[in-house]
Amino acid sequence: MKFAVPVFPGSNCDHDMVNALRDILKADADLVPATTTDLSAYDAVILPGGFSYGDYLRSGAIARFAPVMTAVQAFAGAGKPVMGICNGFQILTEAGLLPGALQANRSSKFICKTSELIVKNNQTQFSSAYAENAHINLPIAHGEGNYYCDDATLAELRANQQIIFEYADNPNGSTANIAGVMNRQGNVLGMMPHPERAVETILGSTDGLGIFQSLLANQQEVAHA
Amino acid sequence: MYLVKVYVTYKESILDPKGEAVNDALHRLGYTNVDSVELGKYFEIKIKPDKRPIEAEVDEMCDRLLANVNMETYRYEISQMEAL
Repeated sequence: MKFAVPVFPGSNCDHDMVNALRDILKADADLVPATTTDLSAYDAVILPGGFSYGDYLRSGAIARFAPVMTAVQAFAGAGKPVMGICNGFQILTEAGLLPGALQANRSSKFICKTSELIVKNNQTQFSSAYAENAHINLPIAHGEGNYYCDDATLAELRANQQIIFEYADNPNGSTANIAGVMNRQGNVLGMMPHPERAVETILGSTDGLGIFQSLLANQQEVAHA
Repeated sequence: MYLVKVYVTYKESILDPKGEAVNDALHRLGYTNVDSVELGKYFEIKIKPDKRPIEAEVDEMCDRLLANVNMETYRYEISQMEAL
């Protein structure tokens, strides 16, 4: 399984992501520039965290029009797995690949700490390695991670089990404690917490491994089917 | 040439912590009669007339880029600039 990690001007979690994929999970992963227009060599795309284009205008608002995003739209449209972490999540909502939006934290502070999450849906290709309702610890680091959607969208997210991760102790004011959501088709996931920063004991937690292990295991199943 | 002034503000249901911080600061300066402050974005766009109606083009720019309609609303004023 080969991962593409698009690098936008201002991305800063791209190398952490590639480190997690290559060095810890022994998977193939390439950093690809935001000008890339062809992702046909890859099996999954992970949009990394950071401050793409300086977060000018709004987080993710400029990045969503980078050339690589046309390819990501097509990639997602073909049913292939796409994941966005932190700024990557913001880009996916701006691009309309995920519902809702990320607004400023309720406290108006940038929050950088470990947060406890609950795995609400483990029947997905991103979360099958976790037990249902498992409590996991992942770092968060954001100023605009307060997930917002209107009531109709929330009802849809709940009806279709698109809420994958919830905060145990809502740190930022997110609607319905939402930390990570998936699209209806089940191939696009966005989350504010950073699984790539929780892949080694020395980092304080290995709870992030499950997401990547889920993806790798499900891809193998597809390959052998 | 047209001058388009676009104002983007948060919907009422959306938090505006920056506006609240400015509101609090004004209160500390003694302007206790200030009721609320809303902090938004302001754009000045100079644009040449095109085949399409200017309003349609500005609406599209706002919907696609200048505002996130999940969280924000926008309004604009269009004026004709004097030729130099």
